Amino acid sequence: MSVARDTRSAASSLSRTAAGHALYAILAVAAVIGAATVRTDGYIANILMQAATYAIAVFGLSVVLGLCGQINLAQAAFFALGAYAVALGTVDYDIPFFVCLIAGMAIAFTSGGLLGLSTLRLGGHYLAMVTISFQQILTVVLINAIQLTHGPDGVGSIKRPDLFASSQAYLALAVAVLAVAGYLVWWLADTRLGRAMRAVRDNEIAASAAGIDVYRTKVLAFAICAMLGGLGGGLFAGGFTYVSPDQFAFSDSIVLLTMALLGGIASPVGSAIGTGLLILIPEWLRFLKSVPGLYLAIYGLAVILIVVFMSDGIWGFIANIFRRSTVVAPSPKRPLVLRPADSRAPAALQVQGLAKHFGGLKAVDGVDLTVRRGGVHALIGPNGSGKTTMLNVISGLYRPTAGRIFVDGVDVTALSAHRRTIAGLGRTFQNIRLFRSMTALENVVIGAEREGNTEAASDHAALEERAQSALDFVGLGERSGDLVRSFSYGHQRLIEIARALAGNPTVLLLDEPAAGLNSSEKKHLHDLLDRIAAQGLTILIIDHDMTLVAGVAQHLTVLNFGRRIADGDTVEVLRHPDVAAAYLGAE
Amino acid sequence: MGSVLQLLFTGLGIGAVYALVALGFVLIFRATNVVNFAQGEFSMVAAYLMVVFAVDLGWPYWLSFLLSLGGMAVLGAIFNLGVYYPLRNRTFLPVIISTIGASIFLANTVLALYGPQPQVLPGWFDTPGIQLGQVYLDSQYLIIIAVTVLLVAFQYWFFEHTLLGKKLQATSQDKEMAALLGIPVATMIMITFVYSAVLGGIAGILVAPVLFVSIQMGSTIALKAFAATIIGGFGDVAGAIVGGLALGIIETFGAAYISVPFKDAFAFLVLILFLAFRPQGLFGERVAEKA
Repeated sequence: MSVARDTRSAASSLSRTAAGHALYAILAVAAVIGAATVRTDGYIANILMQAATYAIAVFGLSVVLGLCGQINLAQAAFFALGAYAVALGTVDYDIPFFVCLIAGMAIAFTSGGLLGLSTLRLGGHYLAMVTISFQQILTVVLINAIQLTHGPDGVGSIKRPDLFASSQAYLALAVAVLAVAGYLVWWLADTRLGRAMRAVRDNEIAASAAGIDVYRTKVLAFAICAMLGGLGGGLFAGGFTYVSPDQFAFSDSIVLLTMALLGGIASPVGSAIGTGLLILIPEWLRFLKSVPGLYLAIYGLAVILIVVFMSDGIWGFIANIFRRSTVVAPSPKRPLVLRPADSRAPAALQVQGLAKHFGGLKAVDGVDLTVRRGGVHALIGPNGSGKTTMLNVISGLYRPTAGRIFVDGVDVTALSAHRRTIAGLGRTFQNIRLFRSMTALENVVIGAEREGNTEAASDHAALEERAQSALDFVGLGERSGDLVRSFSYGHQRLIEIARALAGNPTVLLLDEPAAGLNSSEKKHLHDLLDRIAAQGLTILIIDHDMTLVAGVAQHLTVLNFGRRIADGDTVEVLRHPDVAAAYLGAE
Repeated sequence: MGSVLQLLFTGLGIGAVYALVALGFVLIFRATNVVNFAQGEFSMVAAYLMVVFAVDLGWPYWLSFLLSLGGMAVLGAIFNLGVYYPLRNRTFLPVIISTIGASIFLANTVLALYGPQPQVLPGWFDTPGIQLGQVYLDSQYLIIIAVTVLLVAFQYWFFEHTLLGKKLQATSQDKEMAALLGIPVATMIMITFVYSAVLGGIAGILVAPVLFVSIQMGSTIALKAFAATIIGGFGDVAGAIVGGLALGIIETFGAAYISVPFKDAFAFLVLILFLAFRPQGLFGERVAEKA
């Protein structure tokens, strides 16, 4: 029954994507031919030109805001960079149009990247602020650096390429670029980079624990957004053959943002809808422009209303109505293979003299830990003894005050969290961290994509197959196409474990996996841990459930007040008088 | 020497305005973890209210002042209910966008109602100022500095020595715990918005006689005030004040010695330099580690 369902849904999924591509190609070609042949008067042509070039810039926002969850309030500035590159390049320096266009994109990409590099390590407020500042500085420069920019008068008689000299041909060019850019943005969402962006948007800490370089991903998203802004701007300059600073003010950045929000930031389709509507509606309501300010006041109000009442935008709203659970490619059930790397170092994980102080508090104070290869090692201790801090230092979320950490013989102390994941650490979190807008399968695919995973082939089908077998392994294979937020708490824990397993780690760190589970779920977990250990994967587990710990771990380390008070074979350690004293109080 | 002291005085005066608006930013940020991008519009709206009451209607200055602040209190309450409250359980991104929408809405509604012509608001006193040695002390700048000192003192007393102040502090530090202790969190946040709107309003009314009253004054002041909070150390009350003053001085000296047309760019340049090299600001602690 389930096989039949899988096959049928897979067939429909295949045809749907193939049909989707075909449909898109046909529509795009039709639009380009239409733009090239249907005679329009100048007014309509101008509106279409503006819509096409703005939409490209709005695609950029759908990448940075929709995919990656970062804000950009300077898209009009990046648009201006592209526009001025074409304007000044073709007019003042006689450089061919397409060279200027590409140079404008490169300038926008670089300045977006530099801006991102300087602020994306900090929170979103800073980014909002810095982008506004950049926008203001650029406006000041465009107006005042008259020798370079021609100042407030702007630049006129901008040249188009010879082949596209007529308005009609140029419009066709703009529409063709729009179609290609839209396709690339849509395609980006399902690439490795696009998945990384979505992971960063949903949960930054989990993304870095899955081996994603969060900072680099954000900077790239930002630079790509800026580049699309530059592309739109360059085409805009050629289209209208005149640019001036007031066309690219902060309020225009807000207009672009509103277009993205109205249509829906999650998809380029939404961007196109939003741009089209916000260019057409004001044209229909031209009387609004007779009162200065009224038009933008309505814009401002619309932004608030959209955010409050229609947070997914028009396209998100439509897509939600038609949303069904994503179909999963069929896979003859393949057992999950765990083949942890083994460099023949003495221990899979070794910690020497590890210390972490928060001000005066010594949460971890000089702890040694040796996790033997292929064993299950438990780290226990009363509340506040430093267990979770220790795990966070090992996995790289905290920098140690002192001490060194070796994974499979390699010193990882200086590496960031995602580098340690790449080096072979996999982990789960006490308070579950999943990518909540994605399906179970997508979550696990991101785990399988871990750089340095020797078990995953590079092509997408193989990744999905590995993710599917990881979900099968934890017992959730049937529901791999469901959104993670529809799973119960216990099942979400299992998805987290599957995500770590799919990456084929050398050492698996489990942070209180039994917390909040009921007794049958605990039994299932116990069984799962046994099956993982049976494949030779090294596990370091923290938990309070002594039955579970005593049942799965061969080796115990006990912490109290940040220090190691016992270490050794499970049965012996549990008999140790200090351990009993730490847990039950001394007599 | 005299010109340096003169510039210092002017810089402190304009910096005091940034400090007041920055204080409004910090209070709302501490209570709600959201930066209110419409903070500057509070100043702008208050200045226009002042123009309506004191200039157009010709009412006494003190009465117009009180009425304008009353209007700001109402605006702060509406702002909380319409812009922040519906989004209180969402991430910060929608809230930021919503406050930006509010900022555009307020600025352009005023534009639609009052037109683009900048307005002039006379100063509080007829005396233009006093000459002290080589330095000319403009009366409006003196008032700005005096009121800022008074407000900062009041705020210190209010937060540290009154029960309501303690409750507000508790709300900003841990909303859930505050609620469990019986503190009406929604009311506390409402008070914060009202107070911040009034604070922004005072800043706008004080600075209005120095600048023109215009639609753009809000966003200009707000951006500089925000830069001030980052220079001082984000979320830090003392940092906002010191950052505001520092920015006012930097800007005044920059305009005098480097370039007037690029005056407005200095603040942003300093901001970006701080973000790149000292993001925790002058007073802030290194961004805390959290997992």
